Amino acid sequence: MRDEIRVRIVSDADTVVARQAGRDEALRLGFSRTDATFIATAISEIARNITVHAGEGEITLRGLSEAGRQGLIVTARDEGPGIPDVPAVLRDDYISDIGLGMGLWGATRLMDEIDVSSEPGKGTTVTMKKWRGFDEVGSLLGTG
Amino acid sequence: MPVSILKQGAYLIASVQSALTDTEVIELRDSILERVAKYRSTGVVVDVAALDIIDSFAARSLSTVARTNRLRGAKTVVVGIQPDVAVAMSQFGLRLDDAYTALDLEAGIRVLTT
Repeated sequence: MRDEIRVRIVSDADTVVARQAGRDEALRLGFSRTDATFIATAISEIARNITVHAGEGEITLRGLSEAGRQGLIVTARDEGPGIPDVPAVLRDDYISDIGLGMGLWGATRLMDEIDVSSEPGKGTTVTMKKWRGFDEVGSLLGTG
Repeated sequence: MPVSILKQGAYLIASVQSALTDTEVIELRDSILERVAKYRSTGVVVDVAALDIIDSFAARSLSTVARTNRLRGAKTVVVGIQPDVAVAMSQFGLRLDDAYTALDLEAGIRVLTT
């Protein structure tokens, strides 16, 4: 298994690098193109949270193999101001004072599992997982 | 900015050439709105086939373009959204308010002329 991929996030150009790395890694791990796009979109949202709220941070990507299933884990870490009320930002009616805030909620819709741990003044870590789905059509066609 | 904006009579054709950063998305938004005002355009086609994703920020910016144009009496047609990008937007719950959509440039221009 390959080592994890790390992308330093300082500017919005790094966000593009991170989401493209996420897409490539997802495809390499055998995810469908649609799932790879879900993952890239979720990465774009959490990377934006880093550049907007924390200034800088890091996104790591790692393949997962657990109980016979394969997946991808994406971790976004920053040492920014933190999120005072995590459950609030995961609600669908949350809009932050600068008009953002759909990001984390969107990531919950696109990924299978998401965990947000945050300590005010110390930073935020978002961990999201996507499991590789059974490709029914591919399996029937013998291409899955 | 990896976007070209061409004037064709009363219409503008904006073609995105590659994935865009948020800064470039803002530039795209502002350039379209500026030209619509300058040329008194009545319609804009925005070709986003080259976009790898459309996330909340890109969707919000495209919606702003469409809403602003609409207030000026101009139509906005977003064309070329990739199938996987459309599925992701739908799963996310993102919409392009006030924009028309069409399959490709040709279909987009038809939307403007009818």
